[in-house]
Amino acid sequence: MISLILALALSAAQEMPDMPDAETEVSEATTLPPEPQRDPVTGEVPVDPYEMSNANAGSKPFAGSGMRDAFHGQDGIRRVVNDMVDLSVEDPRISEVFVSHDLVRLRRTLFEQFCYILNAGCDYSGRDMVSSHKDLGLQIDDLNVLVENLQAAMAKEKISFAAQNRFLSKLAPMKRDVVTR
Amino acid sequence: MIAINMFCRIACLLALSVCAATAAQAQDLRNGGKLLLTNGVSTIEGSGGGGLATWSTIAGNGTQEGIGGSAHGTVIELPDYNWTSYGLSVGFFDRVELSYARQNLDTIDIGAALGLGRGYTLNQDVFGAKLRIAGDAVYGSNLMPQIAVGVQHKRSSDDAVVAAVGGASPHGTDFYISATKLFLSHSVLANATVRFTKANQNGLLGFGSATDNDHKPQFEGSIAYQFSRRFVVGGEYRTKPDNLAIAREDDWFDLFAAYAVTRNVTVTAAYVDLGSIATADNQRGAFLSLQAAF
Repeated sequence: MISLILALALSAAQEMPDMPDAETEVSEATTLPPEPQRDPVTGEVPVDPYEMSNANAGSKPFAGSGMRDAFHGQDGIRRVVNDMVDLSVEDPRISEVFVSHDLVRLRRTLFEQFCYILNAGCDYSGRDMVSSHKDLGLQIDDLNVLVENLQAAMAKEKISFAAQNRFLSKLAPMKRDVVTR
Repeated sequence: MIAINMFCRIACLLALSVCAATAAQAQDLRNGGKLLLTNGVSTIEGSGGGGLATWSTIAGNGTQEGIGGSAHGTVIELPDYNWTSYGLSVGFFDRVELSYARQNLDTIDIGAALGLGRGYTLNQDVFGAKLRIAGDAVYGSNLMPQIAVGVQHKRSSDDAVVAAVGGASPHGTDFYISATKLFLSHSVLANATVRFTKANQNGLLGFGSATDNDHKPQFEGSIAYQFSRRFVVGGEYRTKPDNLAIAREDDWFDLFAAYAVTRNVTVTAAYVDLGSIATADNQRGAFLSLQAAF
């Protein structure tokens, strides 16, 4: 019995050195740099200046109003973008990508990009596909999950599958710029 | 000789690329990341593709980040024959596919007519390897297809029957190059494959004949329309050599519907027209295939 207690005490003593480490990790986690000041008007975190151009959208827009109508105009596009972002942020397969990402700016620039490509009356003011993805370390699997979430969002908006695919045909060539490993 | 040379080169390429891919995979594998249905289904020869035509897609749900595979079983009910086949395939990093299929053709009454005995079943093993050499079936340029080269080594178990019908050999090797693209703007998937083969009825009646014993280019085309993420309908056409003197051989044709029940299970049903098989004409019937992929 005594030897058992001794053994337990010993093993406990051996585990002791680990404990301060664990505490250090916790304190590190709690002392992350504070989030940068958001713009009081837009709610976005300021970014370094860059040259704005619709060419940054990575694709030429559709001609005519067919695709705009298929996506139910700017309101429909906004719902699709918001649903896609909501799904992705909570998707355990890719949620990590969005940690410490400015979701306010993401929702706005994605909306502008989709709206521009769908010829629904917007200009794109975000960065180009290479620079906006270069630090994300995305794999093809991540992109596929994003596509699935976009498909789910488009289906929820009751966009015909043919129109969904037509839109995806504009995004598919961007793979080489967004998948970096 | 040229064929053997080519086979060695492809085998070397495959071995090299598996090594390279494995070495590059020091980080964690990430399996099962393909989009729904973009792995295709299993052909009757075990390779990834449509039902009858081989595509350039790599079997299984793994992307370039992982390893995947599939198992399948297929039955075809024809007026004078029953076909069953089953097989396994493994896809490495969406780059290399290795496959095996066992084909069985129950000749029912034709067996008796040919003097083989009623219900005589012709059997064949098909060992396949495929290497994706360029392109992406889904992403990238809308005009650049996914291109793959492959080999299928086929071994009929019926040496005596093959000799009796005039087949030059019970063993043979097919070589193919395949291009596949999902044209998203039209929701259409198209495939074209050129296969160099001397197989008689896929090899179940052997390879070549006394008078015709060269690999000849044959065409396999598929076109399919995607109705939803899960549901695809299409058709395929496959030309075949006609080497044997005793019986005419026709091109193959099918109309198929494939449904992804889950991420892992795909059911394919088809109407197939396999033409004349060993003197029995108009072999049209139903094709049903079940695939489990991971």
